[in-house]
Amino acid sequence: MLKDENRIFKNLYGDESCDLSSALKRGDWKDTNEIIAKGKAWIIEEIKKSELRGRGGAGFPTGMKWSFAPKDPYPNRPHYLIINADESEPGTCKDRDILRYEPQKLIEGSLISAYAIGAKVCYVYIRGEYVNEGKILQEAIDEAYKKNLIGKNASGTGWDFDMYIHFGAGAYICGEETALLESLEGNKGQPRLKPPFPALVGLYGCPTIVNNVETIAVVPSILKRGADWFASFGRPKNRGTKIFCISGNVVNPCNVEEEMSIPLRELIETHAGGVIGGWDNLQAVIPGGSSMPLLPKKVCDNILMDFDSLIEANSGMGTAGVVVIDKSQDIVSCISRISRFYKHESCGQCTPCREGSGWLWRMMERINRGESEIHEIDMLLDVTKQIEGHTICAFGEAAAWPIQGLLRHFREQMEEKCSNLANRKIA
Amino acid sequence: MSGKHIAKNQPASFIFSEENKEKIKDILKKYPDTKKKSAIMPLLYLAQKQNNNWIPLAAIELIASMLNTTYIKVYEVATFYSMYNLAPVGKYFVQVCTTTPCMIRGSGKIVEACKKIISKKPGYINEDLDSSWIEVECLGACVNAPMVQINKDYYEDLTSEKAETIFNGFKEGRLPNIGSQSGRKGSEPIEKRTTLLKNA
Repeated sequence: MLKDENRIFKNLYGDESCDLSSALKRGDWKDTNEIIAKGKAWIIEEIKKSELRGRGGAGFPTGMKWSFAPKDPYPNRPHYLIINADESEPGTCKDRDILRYEPQKLIEGSLISAYAIGAKVCYVYIRGEYVNEGKILQEAIDEAYKKNLIGKNASGTGWDFDMYIHFGAGAYICGEETALLESLEGNKGQPRLKPPFPALVGLYGCPTIVNNVETIAVVPSILKRGADWFASFGRPKNRGTKIFCISGNVVNPCNVEEEMSIPLRELIETHAGGVIGGWDNLQAVIPGGSSMPLLPKKVCDNILMDFDSLIEANSGMGTAGVVVIDKSQDIVSCISRISRFYKHESCGQCTPCREGSGWLWRMMERINRGESEIHEIDMLLDVTKQIEGHTICAFGEAAAWPIQGLLRHFREQMEEKCSNLANRKIA
Repeated sequence: MSGKHIAKNQPASFIFSEENKEKIKDILKKYPDTKKKSAIMPLLYLAQKQNNNWIPLAAIELIASMLNTTYIKVYEVATFYSMYNLAPVGKYFVQVCTTTPCMIRGSGKIVEACKKIISKKPGYINEDLDSSWIEVECLGACVNAPMVQINKDYYEDLTSEKAETIFNGFKEGRLPNIGSQSGRKGSEPIEKRTTLLKNA
């Protein structure tokens, strides 16, 4: 188990105040100007060395993403840093705790990251429902301005840095980076075709780097304690610490910061008090937020919680929102509800997703109610394959994968529901 | 996104209050001079707040003219995002999260409590309690499931009894402390903390 001294988010549970003076005691804003004095190249190199991968779901190496920003900004094309705080992936509630309990870590990380990519303006895109969390962050930003930690000549670095909050309004798709940019520009949140990538053509057509809240908030600790320290946790290419959100049928649902590559079973049993009714009562786990395919118990027994290990198991780390499902739950209902979520949240831009996500949900409901013939299960799989890879953004995959995971591991349960219909017909 | 219910009875006009006009000046400062259209979303929020939590079409027209854009541009934003209400809602607007992590922890019982206390069907105003309720998708408080959002605040770790007590309190304008209703801090484990022990 990770030692408390190695945890980055020491106020994850809100034991102390989130105000600036408490944050300073926790070590925030210590030597920030010295770090920045070491220069952009050093910061990016150090983040690359730490092997930090984005914490928002895709797991793209952060240092590499930053290096895509043009080295010398054109005068009429300013760079932007965008913090993605549109946390809406079912099973995920980690960024919320950073916003409300550790806002100064995020602000300090924003200054350093913005400097590294040559941005003087940062927008934090917070999901609209997080009204109170946004208010706390705004107060923290105001405090930081007052002490000149940000603003003109931020922290005495000679770098001007402004930070603004922009609230979303209940659209899951705005967590997708280009949809987020559209939304920030005052449009419907519908993703853009890539390329061009935001690093070259992003917000207002200018070079833009979009990072998750957790990614930015761990940056100061990495640079202060050293890339080697961060890289001493987890397996190669899956380094560092990570906040896991453990929800569902566990004794003690909680958020906890742990080492990457921790075995799933250890994570659940150590921190969440285990599965309700014991480990043998486990049916399945969704390891990385709702869009990641579920894992049946036999995979959960030994799987490690990191990007590469979960990809090998045909799933993914995603946002590390671990949803535990025990044997008392109807697994088809659980996934059908996820399909309803994706049907509701499709932005409507690409036909396969707009129409297909509704088909998936209706077919799942029919199967769940026992109104389907057995061959419709293969038809369902076929529909998922026709959505996956045929849309502008990854939402198509997100809608398809949970059902594919269900079919891969729980086909029997689905066939059983269908065979009830066959039996009824005979009778 | 899903279809929106737009109120049939619309006020003839809408103007921002003096206080909000000041706020608008601050909002506009956030965005570059040529990109003021970015303020559509924050201005819609202001209009909604000023007008008892729903946005009349007149406000959409006003915002479009203030930001030098067309009515349809603002209208499509207002209809795209689920948090903009285009028809009246109750003074106590209850949004129940029923996505899978909440569903597993029993959000069905919270929906039952809504049906029992507020209204049989979602989206109807209970005049007596000045309240309405709807089902919503994941509100991002999954480790504190099941939960509801009432206006801007989250009420977490609910049971059907606790939910009923909260809803019945609308009559006297009484609401419990926001956050977890089981007494835990934030998203710490409810029974036994395993990390950050020094602070516990």
